[in-house]
Amino acid sequence: MTTNILLCGVGGQGTLLASNLLAECAMEAGFDVKKSEIHGMAQRGGSVVSHVRFGEKINSPIIRKGECDILLSFEELESIRWAEYLKQNGLIITNSQHILPMSVSAGNAVYPKNIQEILSSKSLQTIAVDAIGKAKELGNQKCLNVVLIGLLAKKLTMIDEKIWPEMIKRMLPEKLQKLNLEAFKAGWNIA
Amino acid sequence: MKHNGKRAFLSGNAAIARGAWEAGVRFASAYPGTPSTEILECCGKYDEIDAQWAVNEKTAMETVIGAAYGGARSICAQKHVGLNVAADPFFTVSYTGINAGLVIVTADDPGMHSSQNEQDNRNYAMMAKMPMFEPSNSQEAKDMTKAAIEISEKYDTPVIIRTTTRVSHSESIVELSERKEGAEREFVKDMAKYCVLPNNARRLHTKVEARQKALAELGCKIEFNKIEKGNPKIGIITSGISYCHAKEVFPEASYLKLGFSYPFPTELIKKFASEVETVIVIEENDPFIETAVKNLGINCIGKDRIPVCGELNPDIIHESLKEFTEKQMPETIKFDGVDIPMRPPVLCPGCPHRGVFYTLRKLNCTVTGDIGCYSLGAFAPHNAIHSIVCMGASVTNALGIEKAMKEKIHGKLVAVMGESTFMHSGMTGLLDTVYNKGRHVTMILDNSITAMTGHQPNPASGKTLKGEPTKALNIENLCKALGVENVHVVDPFDLANVEATLKTALKDEQPSVIITKRPCILLKDYKPKVKLVSINRDKCVKCGVCQKLGCPAIEVNPEDGKTVINQALCVHCGLCAKVCRPGAITQAEEEVK
Repeated sequence: MTTNILLCGVGGQGTLLASNLLAECAMEAGFDVKKSEIHGMAQRGGSVVSHVRFGEKINSPIIRKGECDILLSFEELESIRWAEYLKQNGLIITNSQHILPMSVSAGNAVYPKNIQEILSSKSLQTIAVDAIGKAKELGNQKCLNVVLIGLLAKKLTMIDEKIWPEMIKRMLPEKLQKLNLEAFKAGWNIA
Repeated sequence: MKHNGKRAFLSGNAAIARGAWEAGVRFASAYPGTPSTEILECCGKYDEIDAQWAVNEKTAMETVIGAAYGGARSICAQKHVGLNVAADPFFTVSYTGINAGLVIVTADDPGMHSSQNEQDNRNYAMMAKMPMFEPSNSQEAKDMTKAAIEISEKYDTPVIIRTTTRVSHSESIVELSERKEGAEREFVKDMAKYCVLPNNARRLHTKVEARQKALAELGCKIEFNKIEKGNPKIGIITSGISYCHAKEVFPEASYLKLGFSYPFPTELIKKFASEVETVIVIEENDPFIETAVKNLGINCIGKDRIPVCGELNPDIIHESLKEFTEKQMPETIKFDGVDIPMRPPVLCPGCPHRGVFYTLRKLNCTVTGDIGCYSLGAFAPHNAIHSIVCMGASVTNALGIEKAMKEKIHGKLVAVMGESTFMHSGMTGLLDTVYNKGRHVTMILDNSITAMTGHQPNPASGKTLKGEPTKALNIENLCKALGVENVHVVDPFDLANVEATLKTALKDEQPSVIITKRPCILLKDYKPKVKLVSINRDKCVKCGVCQKLGCPAIEVNPEDGKTVINQALCVHCGLCAKVCRPGAITQAEEEVK
């Protein structure tokens, strides 16, 4: 059994740390893991995506369209941009935040309305949360990524729940650990 | 680096650096370039490797060649187009061979995620007659780097590691080993080997041809070229990341996986082809292996179905070869009728380049551009760059344009590049401009760092790759030394001065340089003074001038069409306040304490 998770968002939102954390936890749980993302130009406020795949043996680091189990989206427009990667009964977990693309902020394009309704009208399961609000409550909106990881972690029953906080401690500098452990817990408790 | 005992989760680039370290590499050099940059950054984290940023790929290549002659196992790394810059020494070191092991990494970019072309650098291996590895994952990237050092010393040849973006930037699990130092290798003066005078080079070429034969034989028995017996109906020959994608679509087929793909292991290819019914070659970009297979008189399926352009993935392979499998393409969910606006990369809020492009457009200049974050100046709403070719080409393209258009373009022509690009290969072009009596304006956008590739220090930063202090180049003095008499230094946030200086420079009858100096807003140690920017929306007349800055923090309210400043994104650079005609946007006088 292979689990395919796509993380998407806007450059600067912390998707890279989130995908690293997920991949390291899957490795710790004993799975073969591959992760793929594009660095460089796209990071300058562009649309970014990370593919994370884990299971007994992983070949391609890229998830096929129609084979993604969970889409973890850091921004609502990005959730619909990448939704075609999902399986018929796939799960979308999305931060309800809107970040306007330049074409929209300049008034040359329209941010689609009712994205949640469009997604729910298909066979997909969707969970929309105000993760940025939660992060702000915790005092730093940068921990939005770990709030979302907390929410995702609860769905990934094949990874022992004790691994996550241990990995946060291992991967983050000490001064950021408390905030991010709280962020993880806040995300975990949403679902 | 994330090391968890004996195993680590590493990118292909980090794994190459680890392999170099384990193989006893002592010296590394490169110029940054996506997707190769992290190789040198990771090399720099090992105390035993003297890793350095070079001024360009050619100087990097020449330095590692010197280090290998001098007895240090060495590595250099560049993106595919970087090897074009380094091609001159690259071709000749194939003739001289090495002393200590030398690995040359080329990181290609099929799909052009961050590049100007998708040249397939496997062709370089054939042209330079140099052996080549093609890893398909991080474990192989590490193992092949070690094997490359060994082969380099055994066969007296530099060895190429060719990756692609998906190998360099994908991460997977790697088993770690300890470092083994190489044997001491003194530099022995040997004019017949190291001086490629025609007489010597003729003899060396004969040696290279003999080496090719020996390496092709090695390719037939080396562990990295292996036959995986499966269903004999379909035999897939593949290399690099294409192997991983193909396994997803054809898990049961027979495979000949070429990890050491050049010189072609012809006997192994013939053996494999004789054991299967239909041979399919699956590879990205050029028909490199396919041509070799066909040259052996073997019929095969390949680029007649699989696209030459772009990156491959399992979906494209499946779609191209669907008549060879009973598996159906996965079903996907369609969102017909939903218009999803694109989200291309943009200059960051507070980027020092923004005002430069605003001014160039305002003055209706013709602008030759270059490679860096500022390439984004070509996009709307800036629309301020009109040609981009390669590193350093802005200044020489401009010289050529003036030679062609003469008076018609005088007073309008500007070349724009960053300071790292200027040092890489722009300064020779500037000398060309002075020497050949060009008159265009050259703008050097000095943001104190090589920004696009992720903030690498350069010769103007005063810091080495290892973080040690070093001499910092004074770009102004250099331009003057090259013969430019009018060199102006301006703050790109002082829009009025940028415009006035540009107007003066454009009128010059001799070449001039404008250096805009302000650090990249993302620079960690850079803490600019903040004076708050705000908007009085009652005064906004919807003139749209602030929109022309292309700042992500400036939004239009769809209901009243007036400007809104997104305070979550705004860094209070104040450019919008400077261009706002009715005075709706203002910047406070007082600094925030």
